[in-house]
Amino acid sequence: MMTEGMQIRVLVAKPGLDGHDRGAKVIARALRDAGMEVIYTGLRQTPEQIVEAALQEDVDVIGLSCLSGAHNHLFAQVIELLKKHHAEDILVVGGGVIPEEDIPLLKAQGVKEIFTPGTGTLAVVEYIKKHALPR
Amino acid sequence: MNEQLQNFFVKWDEKAQKSVAKNPERKLMFTNASRLSIKRVYTPLDVTGDYLDDISLPGEYPFTRGVQPTMYRGRFWTMRQYAGMASAEESNDRYLYLLEQGQTGLSVAFDLPTQIGYDSDHPLAAGEVGKVGVAIDSLADMELLFKGIPLDKVSTSMTINAPAAVLLAMYIVVAEKQGVSQDKLVGTIQNDILKEYAARGTYIFPPGPSMRLITDIFAYCAQHVPEWNTISISGYHIREAGSTAVQEVAFTLSDGIAYVAAAILAGLDVDDFAPRLSFFFNSHVDFFEEVAKFRAARRLWAKIMKERFKAKNPRSMMLRFHTQTGGSTLTAQQPDNNVVRVTLQALAAVLGGTQSLHTNSRDEALALPTEESVRIALRTQQIIACESGVADTVDPLAGSYYIENLTNEIEVAAWSQIQKIDALGGAIAAIEKGYMQREIQESAYDWQMQVERKERIVVGVNQFHVKEDALRGLLRVDATVGEKQVQRLQVLRSQRDNQQVRVALAQLETDAKSTANIMPSLIEAVRAYATLGEICNCLRNIFGEYHADNLL
Repeated sequence: MMTEGMQIRVLVAKPGLDGHDRGAKVIARALRDAGMEVIYTGLRQTPEQIVEAALQEDVDVIGLSCLSGAHNHLFAQVIELLKKHHAEDILVVGGGVIPEEDIPLLKAQGVKEIFTPGTGTLAVVEYIKKHALPR
Repeated sequence: MNEQLQNFFVKWDEKAQKSVAKNPERKLMFTNASRLSIKRVYTPLDVTGDYLDDISLPGEYPFTRGVQPTMYRGRFWTMRQYAGMASAEESNDRYLYLLEQGQTGLSVAFDLPTQIGYDSDHPLAAGEVGKVGVAIDSLADMELLFKGIPLDKVSTSMTINAPAAVLLAMYIVVAEKQGVSQDKLVGTIQNDILKEYAARGTYIFPPGPSMRLITDIFAYCAQHVPEWNTISISGYHIREAGSTAVQEVAFTLSDGIAYVAAAILAGLDVDDFAPRLSFFFNSHVDFFEEVAKFRAARRLWAKIMKERFKAKNPRSMMLRFHTQTGGSTLTAQQPDNNVVRVTLQALAAVLGGTQSLHTNSRDEALALPTEESVRIALRTQQIIACESGVADTVDPLAGSYYIENLTNEIEVAAWSQIQKIDALGGAIAAIEKGYMQREIQESAYDWQMQVERKERIVVGVNQFHVKEDALRGLLRVDATVGEKQVQRLQVLRSQRDNQQVRVALAQLETDAKSTANIMPSLIEAVRAYATLGEICNCLRNIFGEYHADNLL
């Protein structure tokens, strides 16, 4: 739980080649409206670029958005790279078109929560406020 | 009559107000998705304008009632389900299945590496090969994709944009190998780069060279592939990204204006290429708004082509369009309800006079659709066509006070947006300034907030919940498809005549650097089995790459 008054820093990222960024942008804006500092990577980011940006920007949270079906491959790589850089304390959450049956595996790998279609922005805000760790 | 009606209406309205005071209506203000306000009732007083000038008859300028005189009495719209996944063989199976089920045209979905011009073994392709569509690396894959499908008998639509010229070249060569000459080919390439920058994201090159590729295609097809729709100017993805119906019309037609202007600037005569322009719209949740949107778009485009671009051929003024039901309106909750949503949206598209239609499948908020789901989606179209009777007379909603009024309102609102974009310097400038992107984002956020405040009810999402288990039996793309595709690519590179590939790519480079039409050297390059990645890399080196600003 973050201490009161500390601003949570979030990197909203689009890994892979997927161009659907409506959800990522809506979430980014909702998080910002909730008082968080939000950095958006834009489209077509490799897991390396995402982790590099996360470290450079010293974020508390990474939100990964993928609607192309490549989530299993791409999310796992981000987690792997964070471990390599000893940055596992960054809270990683994901969203997109992700079948229920993929979620246990993603969570086992270290993605803390997956938000599927229909999730309200408030649920995401609340989750992050509750689970982001101060770095 | 109008004065009498006016007086009667005033009295009626007083009565209605009294009734509302006692029994309030469901809302204080009724608005549609474009935030246009909706009146309690519409009367002849709301339909201003001249019937012959504004509405006229089907097949007659300004084509408000449709582009053909007989519409679906002649033949139904083309039922065209967008499909493609994994390898060329698997997609070929799905196409053969759909044709066997009565589908009348093909619509090819390519995977993202293909859409962005990367071979399947490119590092950025990792995890994406075969996922959202079929992986095509070279002519060899394209030959497998259309195996057993006579290309002189089907029409094929290909959702391909930045590398559209390359895929069209492959299609031409596959047909040639089947013994079908290019002048017999019927189909469409999406080839609409502007909405990629604004809303969809599969761009490669910057606007300048991208527009040149597009006008090269217009010129080449006007001469050699006369039945081909050289572009499908798309509002679909603009809407999916969150725009309103009015913005969808305005931004799409602004993009259209930019293509027409570019082609004229490149020296083409408007009536040589404009008859082959086609459009692609979304059919969203608000039924009447959508019907009116299609009618308004047709009238607006006809006026733009006639008045602004001085087209003489009526075909240049006809807005012919494909429709897809709104993917973002599907819910992951209670997915069978999506069949009903799709039915309403498909009906709106048909009542709006679409030329072809894709109906989404119920499971698409979760994954690519299963064969069973696709069949229900196709059957939905067949029920509308064959059972409902809506196809038996042309434009049956014409003359509805509400529909005609809404058609006018959408036209006026979209026209004012188009003028705004003109003032910014046109669609390309508006996109480069981030104008369209910001407008779309605003509307997307607004929509989400309406849902969260429950001003907009989404059944199963913010009301009418049930406890439900996760849907089982979703389609999964074979995880090994990426590896298989990479192996196939290695075999191809070792077996083809690499000298011939080098020569063809050198010629492509020369032509790309000059003002020559690029199509002939592209055709030779694909014929030599140069890969899509090799061809696009050659062009990247000359044209450069587009980098988007990350607007928030």
